[in-house]
Amino acid sequence: MITFEQVTVTYPDAAGPALAGLDLHIPEGELCLLVGPSGSGKSTLLGAVSGLVPHFTGGTLAGRVTVAGRDTRTHRPRDLADVVGSVGQDPLSHFVTDTVEDELAYGMESLGTPPEVMRRRVEETLDLLGLAELRDRPIAALSGGQQQRVAIGSVLTVNPRLLVLDEPTSALDPAAAEEVLAVLQRLVHDLGTTVLLAEHRLERVVQYADRVVLLPGAGLPPVVGEPAEVMAASPVFPPVVGLGRAAGWSPLPLSIRDARRRAAPLRARLGGAVPVQRTAADASGEPAAEVRGLAVRRGPVAALRGVDLTLHRGSVTALMGRNGAGKSTLLGSLVGLHSPSAGSVRVAGLVPHRTRPAQLVRRVGLVPQDPRDLLYRETVAAECSSADEDCGAAPGTCRALVERLLPGLADGSHPRDLSEGQRLTLALAVVLTARPPLVLLDEPTRGLDYAAKGRLVEIVRELTADGSRAVLLATHDVELAAELADRTVILAEGEVVADGPTGSVVTGSPAFAPQVAKVLAPDPWLTVEQVRGALAAAQPEVPA
Amino acid sequence: MVAARRSAAPWSRSYGAFLKLGLLVLVIRLVFAVLLGSPIPGTTVLFTLPEIPLPGWAQGVRLGGRVTAEALVFALYDGLKLAVLLGCVGAANALASPARLLRALPGALYEAGVAVVVAMTFAPHLVADVRRLRAARRLRGRADRGFGALLSVGIPVLEGALERSVGLAAAMDTRGFGRTAEVAPAIRRTTAVLTLAGLTGVCAAVYGLLTDTGTVWALPLLAAGLAAAAGGLVLGGRRALRTRYRPDPWALREWLVSGSGAAVAALTVWLSTRDATAFHPPAVPLTMPALPLLPAAAVLLGLIPAVAAPLPPEPGKDIRR
Repeated sequence: MITFEQVTVTYPDAAGPALAGLDLHIPEGELCLLVGPSGSGKSTLLGAVSGLVPHFTGGTLAGRVTVAGRDTRTHRPRDLADVVGSVGQDPLSHFVTDTVEDELAYGMESLGTPPEVMRRRVEETLDLLGLAELRDRPIAALSGGQQQRVAIGSVLTVNPRLLVLDEPTSALDPAAAEEVLAVLQRLVHDLGTTVLLAEHRLERVVQYADRVVLLPGAGLPPVVGEPAEVMAASPVFPPVVGLGRAAGWSPLPLSIRDARRRAAPLRARLGGAVPVQRTAADASGEPAAEVRGLAVRRGPVAALRGVDLTLHRGSVTALMGRNGAGKSTLLGSLVGLHSPSAGSVRVAGLVPHRTRPAQLVRRVGLVPQDPRDLLYRETVAAECSSADEDCGAAPGTCRALVERLLPGLADGSHPRDLSEGQRLTLALAVVLTARPPLVLLDEPTRGLDYAAKGRLVEIVRELTADGSRAVLLATHDVELAAELADRTVILAEGEVVADGPTGSVVTGSPAFAPQVAKVLAPDPWLTVEQVRGALAAAQPEVPA
Repeated sequence: MVAARRSAAPWSRSYGAFLKLGLLVLVIRLVFAVLLGSPIPGTTVLFTLPEIPLPGWAQGVRLGGRVTAEALVFALYDGLKLAVLLGCVGAANALASPARLLRALPGALYEAGVAVVVAMTFAPHLVADVRRLRAARRLRGRADRGFGALLSVGIPVLEGALERSVGLAAAMDTRGFGRTAEVAPAIRRTTAVLTLAGLTGVCAAVYGLLTDTGTVWALPLLAAGLAAAAGGLVLGGRRALRTRYRPDPWALREWLVSGSGAAVAALTVWLSTRDATAFHPPAVPLTMPALPLLPAAAVLLGLIPAVAAPLPPEPGKDIRR
C-alpha cells in the first residue's frame, strides 16, 4: 500500500535531514502505529504519505514514495485525495465548511462525485461514526471527540484506501479517545481500510496495532515489527509495557487483558507490600486558594455550578473530567478571567477578578492550554527579560529559572520554533518568575512525549517539595495524574463529583484508572515506579 | 434582526465589534470637528477653544477656535452615515454563512470565491484570537484593557492567523480542492477570449454611461459585454469537476428575504430623487430634523427577514441545561 524507497527529507535551514534513507513497506489492510520521541520525523513521514511533503511544506525529498501505486513526485496532494484520507493534529484547522453534513460532503464535491452517490455515502458515514444526531450542528459547537470523529468522517466519505492520522487522541478525554479508537478498529476490521497513525499516548493505542514503526530519532534507522517485539527495546513505551519489563515478562503484554492474566504471580511477589504514600499536604496553614459555592456562566451555559475546593500549599491536585466539564473555566476563575455569578473565589486572600493583574501575578500563575498564548516576544532572551519586568523581579531571574528547568536552551531561538515540551517549560518559567504560591497548569501533557512528560513530573515535584506552593493541573492524562497528584478532583457538568486522594478516586473509576491500577487491582498500586521500587526492596536479586 | 436570527457560528459574535467600531468612527469624526474646526458656516457658538496659531505653511488648517453647533451637527450626520454603514456590514457578516454563499457561485468562479470566503472568515477568528491573547496578557501581569493591550497582541494574532490559513490550505489540498477536468484546448481559448472581450465591453460601456456622452452606444455594448462574460463563465465551468451536495432550495422564504432587501434599496433611491431634504437634513440653518414618514416606512421593510428567514438551529441545548 505504502512504499518508501531510500527516502531522505531535508528542510531548508535545518541542521540535518528530518528523515534519512528510510526504507519502509506497509501492506494493505493493516493498522500501523508510528511511534518515536518528539522531533524524530513522525509528522514528516505522515506528510510524505499524503503528498504534503514536499509539495506543500517545501524542503527536498530524495528517493521515492509510492502510495497505492502512485508516485508522490508526480501526484500532488489533491491528486491523491481519492486514495489517501489525512487528518492533522488539530481537527479545527481541517474543517472547510461549518456544519457536520456539509463537511462530510466537501471532499466528494471536490472530487466531482455524482449527487445521488454523495447523498448515500453521507448517510452511511453518519451511521458508521455515530454522528447521525449531530448532522445539522455547527462544527464549532461540538466536543473534541465529536470533532475528531467528524474530521475522520469527512475523509472517509470519498472511500479512501488509506487513512493517515496525526495524534488523533492526544487532545481527547479518555472516553472520547475510546470512541475514536473504536471507529478506527471498525474501519480496519469491517472495511479493510489501511490506517497509519502517529500517537504519543501509546497506552491508548498500542494494543490495537498490527505493526509498529519506531523512529528512534538521532539518525538511528527505523525499527519495524510486531508491537510486542518493538516495545521490548523502544525508548517510548506505555506503563503496561513498563510493568511487564519490571516484572520480567516475555513476551511483553500490550493490553490490560494480557497483563491481567499474568498478574496473579506478580501480586503474590509483591505480597503484603503497600505503595509508599506521599505525605498528605499540611492542611493547617493558610490555603493557597479557597473556592466556595462557585457558579460561573459562559454565555447561555452554566459552566460551573456550586464548586467547593480548597488548595493547600505543598499539594499537587489533578482536575479531571471530560472535555467541556468546566476544568478550564475553574482554572480561569482562579486567575480572574471569569467573574463568578454566585459564590466566591479567594486566592491568598484576594478576589481574583477584582485584583489588578500586576498584583495577582504574584499570587497565582496559569500556564494555558496552548503555551504559545503566553509567549509573544521574538527570542527566548527577550521573553525572559520582559517576564522579569512584568513581575518586578531582579533582571536575570527568569533566565536562571529557564536554565534550571531546561538546561542549554539558546538565547536567540524563537519561542515558536521550540518543541512542545520546551515551550511548555519556557511558559512555566515565565509564570514562576513572579514566585506565585499557586501554579495552575491547563492540559500540560498535550503533545508531549514520554521524556518531556518525565521532565515535567520532576519539575512539578520539585516545585511542591518545600511546601510553599500548591499546584493544580487540569488533565486528561490519567497516567500523569497517577504519577504526580496526591489528590484528584473529578468534574462533570460543572459540578465536583469526586474529590479525594488520587489512589482511591482513580482506582474506583474505569475511565480514570491508570493501567497499573487496572492490572494489579484490588491492590492499591498506581505507577510502574512504585511497583519497581517494591520489587527491588522485596527481592534485591531481581534486576530492576 | 441580528438578535432574532443569528446562529451559534463563531462569526455571529462579530456584530458587537462592528457596532463598537461604528461608535469609534463617530467619536473620532466629532473630535476632529471640535479640534480642527470645520468649513461649515455657523452662528450658534457653543464654546471657544483656545486657538493655537500655526505657521504660514499650514494655512487653511486651524487648531482650536470657535466650535459651532452647526459644525457639530454636520459632523454628527457625517459620522452617523459611516457608522450605520459599518453596522450594516457587521450585520451581514454576522448573519451570512460564507460557505452557503459560496455554493451559489457558478463553477468557474469557485476558486476565486473560496479566497474571498477564507478572507471573510478571517475577521471573526481574529476577533476571537485577540480576546484570548488579551486574557493571556492578564496572566503575564499586564493590564488586559486599553489600546496598548490591543496593540501588543498584534503580532501574535497575525502569526496565529497565518498559521491557521496555512493549515486550512493544506487540509483543503489533501481533500481534493483545485482538481480540474481536462478540456479541449479550443474550448479553453474560447473561454479566455469571451471573458476578456466581455469584461472590456462592460468597462467601456460603464465609462460611456458615466460620462453622459455615449448613452446611445453604451447600453447595447453593456448588454453584449455581459452576455459574452456570462458565456465565458459557463464554458469555464466545464473545467470544474465539482458537484453540489443538496443545493439550497430557492422558495418563498428566500424570495421574501432577498425581495425585502431589493425593495428597500429601490424605494430609498426612488424617494431620494423626489424628496432630497428628507435624506440630507440641512445643518445650516440649525433645524430639528423631521422624521420623513415614507422613507422611514420603506427602511422598516428591511425588517421582514427577521420573521421570514428560517430560525437557525440552536446547538448545545441538549448537551447542557
